[in-house]
Amino acid sequence: MGQVISFWIFAIAIIGAALGVVLLKNVFRAAILLITCFLGVAGIFILLSADFLAAMQILIYVGAISILVILAIMLTRELSIGSPSNKFKIPAVIIAAVFCSGIIWAVLNTNWQVSNVAPTAVTTAGLADKLFGKEGYLLPVEIIPTVLLATILGAIVLVKDKNK
Amino acid sequence: MTIGLEHYLVLSAILFSIGLYGALAKHNAIVILMSIEIMLSAVNIALAAFSRYIVPIELTGQIFALFAMAIAAAETAVGLAIIIAIYRNKETIDANKIDLMKW
Repeated sequence: MGQVISFWIFAIAIIGAALGVVLLKNVFRAAILLITCFLGVAGIFILLSADFLAAMQILIYVGAISILVILAIMLTRELSIGSPSNKFKIPAVIIAAVFCSGIIWAVLNTNWQVSNVAPTAVTTAGLADKLFGKEGYLLPVEIIPTVLLATILGAIVLVKDKNK
Repeated sequence: MTIGLEHYLVLSAILFSIGLYGALAKHNAIVILMSIEIMLSAVNIALAAFSRYIVPIELTGQIFALFAMAIAAAETAVGLAIIIAIYRNKETIDANKIDLMKW
């Protein structure tokens, strides 16, 4: 019962915060609501018994990405123009609604092979086994640091002042 | 009433559509990036839900969600760096005015 109530609380919080992000005129308030949305997603991960994923969600999204976004908002000083909609507002609403109803129709009409096995209680050990163990995902794990290194270098080069 | 796989997938679909609307209909480049983050979060919810309900022991969906998070962090860093570089050169982050490469 508690799980049902917390799912609905998290779901309503996430949807409301996401609507606020795309509808509010003030960009800074939109960023604060984006953090709320990420926290709600972390709660959903806990409900899905993905504890490590929830911790990473809070560390990476709430901790790092939202700080980056707020920093970029402050550096660009576009608070005065806010975030108005462009001339494609109505077509965008139609596309999003059609996409949403299509996905929901597909979800409700598919016969999912839901398993009745209880999920792993503590996922960290299992995830480490999958990531670093034999027949695991060791190659992607090695590629990710390369991508991150290239990202760091690219970000530094992009924002470096070329006049100095 | 219990919460099943469909609830999480429908939540993920609604969240993704909200992000899609924001990415299509906004002027401000930072708000477009924020909408893309919302879409990535929606996909992560779907992956974690599949992992929980279809293969509860295997954890494959959670591994995919972890990789998606790492790539999302990289994407945000580069995206915001590009936005700041454009702002330095053109004094605007209005996506409709950034048309240097428009044919």
